[in-house]
Amino acid sequence: MSIDSVFVHKMWDENELSKMVEGGVPFPMLSDAGGQIGRLYGVYNEEAGVENRGRFIIDPDGIIQGYEVLTPPVGRNFSETVRQLQAFQHVRKSKGTEATPAGWKPGKLTLKPGPDLVGNVWKVWQTKMAFED
Amino acid sequence: MAEEMNISCARPAGGPIVETQDQTESITQSTTTTPREVKPMIQVGHKAPDFIAPAYQQGKFINVKLSDYFGKWVLLCLYPGDFTFV
Repeated sequence: MSIDSVFVHKMWDENELSKMVEGGVPFPMLSDAGGQIGRLYGVYNEEAGVENRGRFIIDPDGIIQGYEVLTPPVGRNFSETVRQLQAFQHVRKSKGTEATPAGWKPGKLTLKPGPDLVGNVWKVWQTKMAFED
Repeated sequence: MAEEMNISCARPAGGPIVETQDQTESITQSTTTTPREVKPMIQVGHKAPDFIAPAYQQGKFINVKLSDYFGKWVLLCLYPGDFTFV
């Protein structure tokens, strides 16, 4: 979503993005001319008249599970977004019985919060695990 | 889900859906009111404010309503502009 019109989205997809992504952008490219939706989400940059780089993870119940907002010159890290999405999906699947520690990726150890784990996380999880693949 | 729309010379624009309209107004007025009355715009663990917006997807112009996508995981990304560099 940006403040550009759907006509500009079409031109951008046809003339540039389709040269980077085969078949062009598969998902809807939304137009927020006037920035009303950007304001609603707190990411509209009033000084520049554009949206900041906002990214919202919304679960199947319509609940915002996470967001990230960057100023324009720095691009996002998409693999971190995917990692967060996978973690939220895992937690949801476990119906909240599992939690994902720092640096969690699919296949890595999750924690099962409960009375026995209080004060004992150090026995099952080490700091270096946050940095391992 | 999303219906194709008729295109005219008017530049289509979307916006928040009614129940969230009040929230937008309170946000725009927030500079003149006391900080205590400022509603937080977005909070994790809270419902995503619904909106409708015109969109382009694979050769078609459509109208997208956020809540039509509830039931799936949604990644909503905003960016400064088309044909910019990053």
